[in-house]
Amino acid sequence: MFAYVVRRVLATIPVMAVVALFVFSLLYIAPGDPAAVIAGDQATPADVERIRASLGLDRPYLVRFGAWVWDILRGDLGTSIFTNLPVSTMIAQRIEPTLSLMIVTLLLAVSVAVPMGVVAAWKQGTLVDRAVMAFAVLGFSVPVFVVGYLLAYFFALEWDLLPVQGYTPFSRGFWPWLENLILPAIALGTVYIALIARITRATMLEVLQQDYIRTAKAKGVGQRAILFLHALKNAAVPIVTVIGIGIALLIGGAVVTESVFAIPGLGRLTVDAILRRDYPVIQGVVLLFSFVYVLVNLAIDLLYTLFDPRIRY
Amino acid sequence: MPHATRRAVLGAAAGLLAAPRLGFGQAQARTLRFVPQANLASLDPIWSTAVVVRNHGLMIYDTLFGLGTDFRPRPQMAAGHEVTDDGRRWIVTLRPGLRFHDNEPVRAADCVASIRRWAKRDVLGQRLDALLDEIRPLDDARFEMRLKKPWPGLAFALGKPSANMCAIMPERVARTDPFTQITDTTGSGPFRFRQDLFRPGDVAVYERFQGYVPRDEPNDFMAGGKTVHFDRVEWRVMPDPSTASAALQNNEADWWETPLADLLPLLRRNRDIAVELINTAGNLGVLRFNFLHPPFDNPAIRRALLPAVDQRAFMNAAIGTDPALSRVPAGVFTPGTPLANDAGLEVLSGPRDLEAARRAVREAGYRGERVAMLSATDLPVLQNLAEVAADMLRRTGFNVDFQAMDWGTHIQRRTNRGPVDQGGWSVFCTTWEGLDVSVPGSHQPIRGHGANAWAGWPTMPRLEELREAWFEATDLEAERRIAQEIQRTVWQEVPFVPLGQVLPPMAYRRSLTGVVKGGPAVFWGVRRA
Repeated sequence: MFAYVVRRVLATIPVMAVVALFVFSLLYIAPGDPAAVIAGDQATPADVERIRASLGLDRPYLVRFGAWVWDILRGDLGTSIFTNLPVSTMIAQRIEPTLSLMIVTLLLAVSVAVPMGVVAAWKQGTLVDRAVMAFAVLGFSVPVFVVGYLLAYFFALEWDLLPVQGYTPFSRGFWPWLENLILPAIALGTVYIALIARITRATMLEVLQQDYIRTAKAKGVGQRAILFLHALKNAAVPIVTVIGIGIALLIGGAVVTESVFAIPGLGRLTVDAILRRDYPVIQGVVLLFSFVYVLVNLAIDLLYTLFDPRIRY
Repeated sequence: MPHATRRAVLGAAAGLLAAPRLGFGQAQARTLRFVPQANLASLDPIWSTAVVVRNHGLMIYDTLFGLGTDFRPRPQMAAGHEVTDDGRRWIVTLRPGLRFHDNEPVRAADCVASIRRWAKRDVLGQRLDALLDEIRPLDDARFEMRLKKPWPGLAFALGKPSANMCAIMPERVARTDPFTQITDTTGSGPFRFRQDLFRPGDVAVYERFQGYVPRDEPNDFMAGGKTVHFDRVEWRVMPDPSTASAALQNNEADWWETPLADLLPLLRRNRDIAVELINTAGNLGVLRFNFLHPPFDNPAIRRALLPAVDQRAFMNAAIGTDPALSRVPAGVFTPGTPLANDAGLEVLSGPRDLEAARRAVREAGYRGERVAMLSATDLPVLQNLAEVAADMLRRTGFNVDFQAMDWGTHIQRRTNRGPVDQGGWSVFCTTWEGLDVSVPGSHQPIRGHGANAWAGWPTMPRLEELREAWFEATDLEAERRIAQEIQRTVWQEVPFVPLGQVLPPMAYRRSLTGVVKGGPAVFWGVRRA
């Protein structure tokens, strides 16, 4: 197992190298010029060139790429063209809100979706099952921002129960922190809940047809024990896989959710950087996201062994 | 009295359990929560021309002169100035007691260094740079500018609040290369920037600078006493207009700089919110042509379009049908400012005649060349103007290739001087800050100095002569005569077409009083009732 983990961690290095090369090249060939954005309309072409030179954007591709990789190897993600702040500082400023949003969304989604899927499978063909499936279809169909606006309208503007926007750091207390995350987590989690509930239902239906379930029933094991101890554990591998894949969904959805609820997270940082062509920030954030995703996949693979002892690495 | 909200009541109950938070609430009352038009990313109003950076500059830097609501300059940091030697020698004397945010006194040497840096970047500053024989401090309170020839408009240039403003910085900061961003935000204005609390894309915090000495006279826009009544102003970035609107309604923000036109009826229905025109200069919509390539290298084709331009249609698309949100007809100079005039304006205000335009375009020799129209989709006003312009061009008989892109790409594409089939462009729409296009000196769309002109690169010697004459005009009457002549020439050369004046209102909670009108949001004078 240890050797497997080491191998997988080492395998992230070429993956990250490919990501780095891809991101850098993509930005290099993409249209847009931060120097032109900075210079504005009054600038002469010579002014734009001077700004490009001061930012080092006039250097050849390979020189720029080499310098960037060398800095990364030394733990330096570079400096934002616009804010003059180190990219690592900007990421550090933004990571807590995004991490908080993802954790709350994940907890909410798993704690709601898995029981929903289990109950739907158990009550297959009944009104409960249809209601769960209808919710799943709705959850897939309604965009995050629509759910977000509806939640903000009812829970904040109409009923005055929760704030419309913003983020309060955890250090200022649990409730102020959570208060700002409830609506965004529901908005972001809706599609995720729908996805997990559907997969859980489908997998559970398959497992519930197995011989060992029939045997457990024949032995007089209680319904709850059959569902949650025997069936769910055996259905866990595909569910955990979907949860892992869903983290990529969450990263994408966080961009929209953070904008709708004015949460100063990594999603908004990425969008702002892309619109401005703040290359060092884009490169830093994409590298971070890729790294996180590789680690999540590793964690999911390791979790398989927990749910299915037959899996060995 | 604001009505008690359910969350406020719940919050008050919770407050009994959290007595230490009461002090936090009082501090909130002395804090103004402002939603700016865009994310403040950079902090140097000389390095960046972005409007939000200029607005940041107005918070933390003072200027030697300031414009009143009549857009005429008055001494601000200057106690006064003396012009001698037939207008070629200016001596500016500083007010006593001026201090930077590090409590060091403002000296003439600081002003000289600040002017030198500004003069390398700003369009009027570059004029000064070209005219300067010498600029030097005479002592700590006075400095001298010796010019090659008189420039009566120098005080306006030093006091204009449009980008780039002549921000007075400490000499050590102002010595930074003008093409490199400053890192030290020590300012001279009524607010001190808390760089330690700055989170780009989220919040910028400003505190009242206790050492600031306002002029002992009533405030008049950028001139007069800049008296601050809040301890702290927080700029809270909210990229989504619906969120900003909800935050304002829910009392989570006090002031929203750029409410979306679609949301104005909703905000107006809220009895706690005022929707008002604060920036009376607004923005001028502009349709810009590329002079280097067909078909708009032909002045007859550019002129032929004029009867087809319906400014009302452009304004309705840009900001809605409420006539209070825009003004037409608009000429070359910002309506409502001293140089706005109606010379030849009937080319745009007379009856519109699409058929006449179509005929004139044909007769002018249009051969069906592809017209690449650039549109920035992430800026709704510009996108809407471009949609109307493309429709107008198509109906006038042009072969329009509508190219939608984000602003970052748009601004780069505009620098391409090649023909359309090599990534070049033919026409685009934009807006200019009303203050910029209120005078010929900073009016980029009328510049005609070829390769160095604004994107489109027209060569129009007559307009350059008239601009030069404006610099030398000795009184407002002379300026007005020149402005009229410029406008007549523009209808002949058509370097651009004015599309109307956009007058976007601001929205703020009625608990605020004393909001200063005239231009961008400023935070002196305003207080909580």
